[in-house]
Amino acid sequence: MKKKKALLALAGQPNCGKSTVFNALTGASQHVANYPGVTVEKMTGSYRYDGMKVEVVDLPGTYSLTSYSPEERVSRDFLLHEKPSVVVNVADASNLKRHLYLTFQLLEMGVPLVVDLNMMDVAGRRGINIDTQELSRQLGAPVILTAIKKGRGKKELLKSINSVAGSERSPKPFLIDYGPMEPFLTEIENEFSGNGVLSKNYPGRWLAIKLIEGDSEALKLIRELHSTPGKVLEFIENKRQEFESKHNEKPERHIAFSRYKVADTISRSCVKPKAAFTQPLSDRADAIICHKFLGPLILVGVIYLLYYLSIVQGYNITNYTWPLLAKLRSITESFLPAPGFIDAPLIRSMTLWFVDSINALLNYIPIFFILFGLIAILEDSGYMPRMAFILDRIFNKFGLHGQSTLPMVLGGIYVGGCAVPGVMSCKGIPDERARFATILTIPMLNCLAKVPLYVLMINIYFAEHKGPAMFFISTISLLMVLPVAKILTLTVLKNKDTCPFIMEMPPYHIPTIRGVLGRAVERVWLFIRKIITIVAAIAIIIFILLQFPGLSDERKAYYDTEKDRAIAGFYRKIEGNPYADYVQGENLMALVLYWDKYKNAKMMAKGKEAALAVNEKFKAENSVFFKIVRPKKDKEAKSVNKAFKKVFSARKKLLREIKKEKIDNSFLGRVGRAMEPYTQYAGFNWRVNVSLLASFAAKESSVATLGALYEQKEEGETLETRMEKGEKGFTPLHALALMLFIVLYPPCVATSIMVKIQTGQIRWMIFSMLFPIVLGTAVATLIFSGGTFLELNGLQAMIAFYCLALAITIGTGFLKNKSKTT
Amino acid sequence: MTLDDLRPGRECLVKRLHAHDKLGQRLMDMGVYPGLKMKVIRNAPLEDPMELELDGYCLSIRHAEAKFVEVEDR
Repeated sequence: MKKKKALLALAGQPNCGKSTVFNALTGASQHVANYPGVTVEKMTGSYRYDGMKVEVVDLPGTYSLTSYSPEERVSRDFLLHEKPSVVVNVADASNLKRHLYLTFQLLEMGVPLVVDLNMMDVAGRRGINIDTQELSRQLGAPVILTAIKKGRGKKELLKSINSVAGSERSPKPFLIDYGPMEPFLTEIENEFSGNGVLSKNYPGRWLAIKLIEGDSEALKLIRELHSTPGKVLEFIENKRQEFESKHNEKPERHIAFSRYKVADTISRSCVKPKAAFTQPLSDRADAIICHKFLGPLILVGVIYLLYYLSIVQGYNITNYTWPLLAKLRSITESFLPAPGFIDAPLIRSMTLWFVDSINALLNYIPIFFILFGLIAILEDSGYMPRMAFILDRIFNKFGLHGQSTLPMVLGGIYVGGCAVPGVMSCKGIPDERARFATILTIPMLNCLAKVPLYVLMINIYFAEHKGPAMFFISTISLLMVLPVAKILTLTVLKNKDTCPFIMEMPPYHIPTIRGVLGRAVERVWLFIRKIITIVAAIAIIIFILLQFPGLSDERKAYYDTEKDRAIAGFYRKIEGNPYADYVQGENLMALVLYWDKYKNAKMMAKGKEAALAVNEKFKAENSVFFKIVRPKKDKEAKSVNKAFKKVFSARKKLLREIKKEKIDNSFLGRVGRAMEPYTQYAGFNWRVNVSLLASFAAKESSVATLGALYEQKEEGETLETRMEKGEKGFTPLHALALMLFIVLYPPCVATSIMVKIQTGQIRWMIFSMLFPIVLGTAVATLIFSGGTFLELNGLQAMIAFYCLALAITIGTGFLKNKSKTT
Repeated sequence: MTLDDLRPGRECLVKRLHAHDKLGQRLMDMGVYPGLKMKVIRNAPLEDPMELELDGYCLSIRHAEAKFVEVEDR
């Protein structure tokens, strides 16, 4: 009977068009997850063809199936344990020999294989012809020619998949002749063949090959599953040594060379003519793109374009999308209970805080969308490895990797980036130590959300040196990132695996619109799914910490009396006025809301006509209130208007005072105060402490919290003047310490979650939050206490610190990397 | 001589890999094995790493890693 369901695994080396095949097979039904325990992404999808429902798993692209990298391990484990009913091996037709190296390993595992020779169009252009019948005969597996990108060969591939998945018989095992090693393999296979568990679950010859290679995972299998592992392991080790001394070659070397020899023979007999040696077009392009002088120039251009299109233009788009989010807020608001004269219902303020926090992140989506689209273009076009090629030398000096370039650019290498996509794009860095160092240092770059605080500080305290101060803050972050990365790789990360830089420079490709948009949507969706949910939870916690325990009964009573007095004053003034009847009791509050709404509507209305329309609308809603709001010549209405303005501003003042007192009194406020004795050396008072604590949810809120703490005494006073007045003792030195602390501020919640996702471990997330606090406090203390001691002014301290950072950067660049590779 | 000694434009024959573990494995997986003909295409703008061409595709490798590949200049 024919099977109706099948599990398909896609395997292939990088740059063979595997993801294009995956997209072509599964269409829109895709799902991203992680393989358990590792940070390797697992793409799954499904399709139906000719009555067969096929689940597709896209294995990570790997050159081989050893146990040296997590990608190779998960691929291998999947093939061994999930036992897919068919494996499609996507190979680059124009590079058959190298791709056969993986094909052999798949065949040795005994999986039911379909070989998909993809990119036939490219091979055809280069004059390569492949005899598929001969190749299929030699491999003992069906071989299909496709050019999936051009839509050719898909049907044949689908048919072949169905026929392999539908057949019950196991494929004829393909054997590579390992020559002098064969007797060794037979002996090893006999040694463990008596063990039922092993021989039932693992192909014997494959396991023997892996064991003589000294593959760590295969040895682990023996240790865990064999009844007398000690004896078997010793036997294997003896055999390994025997082979090496007899043939003067390490067994794993011999195996790889044998495979290449067979690959060479097969490709010679099936490929006509022999593959051309060069890829003419890509080669000519590389002569310019990797040129000594032009290369770096083009790189700067590309980075600038990336920055300009996503951060600058994306930010412009938010001007159009922000009103939509504001609308969302006001719709939510309309469902909530109305605020009282001086007390808002808890549910109201909490929900609005919640919506505001989410909106602050949703606002970044246009930027992210463009950014992710552009990254996909860089990835698909093949420029990414060139970026790494050009800059590897610099980054390598600091324990990073050529492929740290893109994450750094996204994180805000100059000014204005975002750590979330930065950390996200670290995924591609193969060197684990460099990847961790990049992930941990990216939050120290200047993300967009840090900028408002810099601007605020510079405007107040460095008003005469705005240019140099902005340059300082924009470039100092990189001068701290590089030495910190270096120090991390020499200390906490020194035991992490490193990986050789050996990297393929694939030919250039023109990205497809579908591929690019698909990836952009997928990554934005990941951001929404994984991050926004957690930020929402944290937002609520911060709200509670900022609001509770709230006012004491005594203070509440005080504010109530104040409120009653203001209201009584209002009624006294309008006594006998014909309008007075309309503003009694509940109606007073209604008027307050009406007034607020009218002012807002007027502010939003652009142009004379729109303003008139607003007037008409409000007049229709409540003509009496409209008279009070816009009294014109009506004398009685005018006097109510005047009295109302007074009570209105009295209300505002009370609300502000309550808000301030609540924060003062809150848990966070208490923590801020408790910290003051320690943070005073860094120049932070408790107000700054509170604002720093609150901005953990999102750094955007640091300025907002400061705004709430420095209460507005007169209408229209900017936060700049309020801070200047409120903090008489605050000097440029304080400001500098605060700014540098913000540079080193721990990652925001969204970034922390990304750190968790990319490192796969909570402890690294916690570390990524703790070390910047320590470092930031140290730097701020150095600036403030050191600067005070040396009697430096803000500018002098700035210059001194810049020189120091530059010296440390250059110094650490000369420190030798500890290499684990041999 | 070793691979890192070669200037751009030179061709060579791989004699032996002196690297073990990961680097050795990686070199083999990427198709670098004794008997293979390679050509050095260029060095990066900052001299390191270098770009190689072998069997119709290109690889980049740091000089420090290329040191472990023994070659014969042709």
